Amino acid sequence: MSIRKNKKEAHYSKPADASVIDALVKGNIITKLSFVICGFGNIVNKQFVRGLAFLALEVGYLMYMISFGIGALGDFVTLGTVEQGQVYNEALGIYEYSTGDNSMLCLLYGVITLFLTAAMLFIACMSVKSAYCTQFRKEKGMLVPKFRDDLRSLKEENLHALLLTLPIIGIITFTIVPLVFMILIAFTSYDRDHQPPGKLFDWVGLDNFAAMFQQGSKLASTFWPVLGWTLIWAVVATISCYIFGLLLALLINRKGTRFKGFWRFMFVLSIAVPQFVSLLSMRTIFNTNGPVNVLLRTFGFIGATESIPFFTDATLAKITIIVVNLWIGIPYTMLSTTGILQNIPAELYEAAKIDGANAFTIFRKITLPYMVFVMTPNLITSFTGNINNFNVIFLLSGGGPDTLDYYFAGKTDLLVTWLYRLTITQKDYNLGAVIGILTFVVLAVVSLITYRRTGSYKDEGAFQ
Amino acid sequence: MKSKKFIVNSACHVLLAVLSFIWVLPIFYVILTSFRKEGGSYKSYIWPRGFTLDNYKNLFEGGSQINFNRWFLNTLIVAIFSTLISAFFVLCVSYVMSRLRFKMRKPFLNIALILGMFPGFMSMIAIYYILKGMGFLETGVLKQVALVMVYSGGAGLGFYMAKGFFDTIPMSIDEAAYIDGATKWDTFIHVTIPMSKPIITYTLITTFMAPWVDYIFAKIIMGNDIKYYTIAIGLWTMLEKEYVEYYYTQFYAGCVIISIPIAILFMITQKCYVEGVAGAVKG
Repeated sequence: MSIRKNKKEAHYSKPADASVIDALVKGNIITKLSFVICGFGNIVNKQFVRGLAFLALEVGYLMYMISFGIGALGDFVTLGTVEQGQVYNEALGIYEYSTGDNSMLCLLYGVITLFLTAAMLFIACMSVKSAYCTQFRKEKGMLVPKFRDDLRSLKEENLHALLLTLPIIGIITFTIVPLVFMILIAFTSYDRDHQPPGKLFDWVGLDNFAAMFQQGSKLASTFWPVLGWTLIWAVVATISCYIFGLLLALLINRKGTRFKGFWRFMFVLSIAVPQFVSLLSMRTIFNTNGPVNVLLRTFGFIGATESIPFFTDATLAKITIIVVNLWIGIPYTMLSTTGILQNIPAELYEAAKIDGANAFTIFRKITLPYMVFVMTPNLITSFTGNINNFNVIFLLSGGGPDTLDYYFAGKTDLLVTWLYRLTITQKDYNLGAVIGILTFVVLAVVSLITYRRTGSYKDEGAFQ
Repeated sequence: MKSKKFIVNSACHVLLAVLSFIWVLPIFYVILTSFRKEGGSYKSYIWPRGFTLDNYKNLFEGGSQINFNRWFLNTLIVAIFSTLISAFFVLCVSYVMSRLRFKMRKPFLNIALILGMFPGFMSMIAIYYILKGMGFLETGVLKQVALVMVYSGGAGLGFYMAKGFFDTIPMSIDEAAYIDGATKWDTFIHVTIPMSKPIITYTLITTFMAPWVDYIFAKIIMGNDIKYYTIAIGLWTMLEKEYVEYYYTQFYAGCVIISIPIAILFMITQKCYVEGVAGAVKG
């Protein structure tokens, strides 16, 4: 409320901050017309370059809409009506495919058209604001900015517009549009039985979500165990890597330890190697005929033809993955905690020693609480990172061992790797999209509860 | 007292030695296999019967299908272009978010946070079809352009690290520049950028490494166009059933060759990371 008030007060001194509604209410007829004919106000007031740029954008948009956009919006609602069929060509004596509608393209072009329309609305608003600004300056007898002034302002008060335009276009095209497209697919019947261009798919509302949560269905009896394992994995992986990494960092940072740099190097080496190399070799190492089993056979722990099913037994596979993940995760924690460990006030340790505390008590009562306090944001990031930890699962076990109880998922599949299977292998895009949305919900809940409470979010300017 | 300390110290060193032995072992196995003389995949023994450099030689000779040199070049080209674009995006966005105040700033930060919570490749299928619709998946070269766009398009969202760095540069330095008559643009180019070498190096190297280690995106874009593969999918191909018996040891040779530069670059980023976290101005 107070913000709006301030705006109205400031309105007379800085018309550039006036909202679109202000401009539409208070502007004269020329300003109001600028909403429909973009750039009109600017052209009337001899700001030709700016006005013509607005106008050109509008004309371009209208031409797009007339030639293509309106039809695309219509198709977006129906997702195509004509199915691809076979027509008998009597002259040649063969069946020919008649081109039908492609539901996927209908959806895609529909989304793109919607985004272009939103962009056009934004441009229209800019045009009104710009026209109002000019009108205001003229009435007050101030100079109307020329094109050269506009260019100059890009280096000063509008620098953010100059620097952000390209990155934001990139983000919209390669992140937001695809994301909206995938979210919409969750509400369609785009599965392997409805593959364009051969078949049409249609809007089905919340059916996919209902199927995912329906009691007793195969999907539900896959979703809950996979979600459960995802959460267990994320918690165990995050905490185990954190605690052991911290202990390792302490061990290296001890006063008595020599060759600190050398030890650090030995551990960092394992994360410096690309993950697909280290994880793939881990996979071979723990394979049925891999070196670990060979060693065990050589030393006679298991029979000559036996092998320990590191990746083929469900429980053992989970343990193997967590252990291998320690191999990757511990050096990361060691790296990130080393600096912070050195910042713990030495007085705390000295006081504890005088009170006769032993090493374990000091770790439990001083080091751990201090580190957890400082590194909570890191812990949350690594927790969310682990929920989406595609690489480790995909490269190590590939989600296996597979089971027929699940809907195309293995016992070690996380939500993300299941999403990968559903889309890339099974072509059940709608189910994949549902999983993606549910993953987002899980992450959003976790982050909202914790992240917004941390200091770094609340007062980010504390050190400026 | 002294002897007790000695025992504890030695115990710690022994523990560290054992641990680092475990940590280095898999890497050692990779190197060992890359020099193995006998071909084939799994063996019923660990220490190779003989050593050879042929795996490396054959790797660089290249065949019609498995062409390591070509893959290396492909990855290099993609990496260079995507690095330039994404580093530019990241620096622009992080500077704006750290230094400039405007109406859409807080909403933008929140949107970036929300977007970060969706699984990365959930949108991959959509990107695939968008690129296909735009005709980018027709020829191999266009696919490479598409790959560059995929790697760098959304890069603006990864601004947190650099923003954190810019946040540590005191506002008073900028203000001093304004008083001397510099525009905000001048301040960005002539004051902030020269002060930000560690974070620029960090951004450049991390974005440069991405194409070398990414598997999923490259695989989806490239499909079966084996000539235009990047290193990661190329090496993965060597492990496929029809190649694995012959190429198993060469796969490891390739891994070693790729790992060395990546490891060096990673060590450099670590140094820059520490400097970057420490901040621009040392008190």
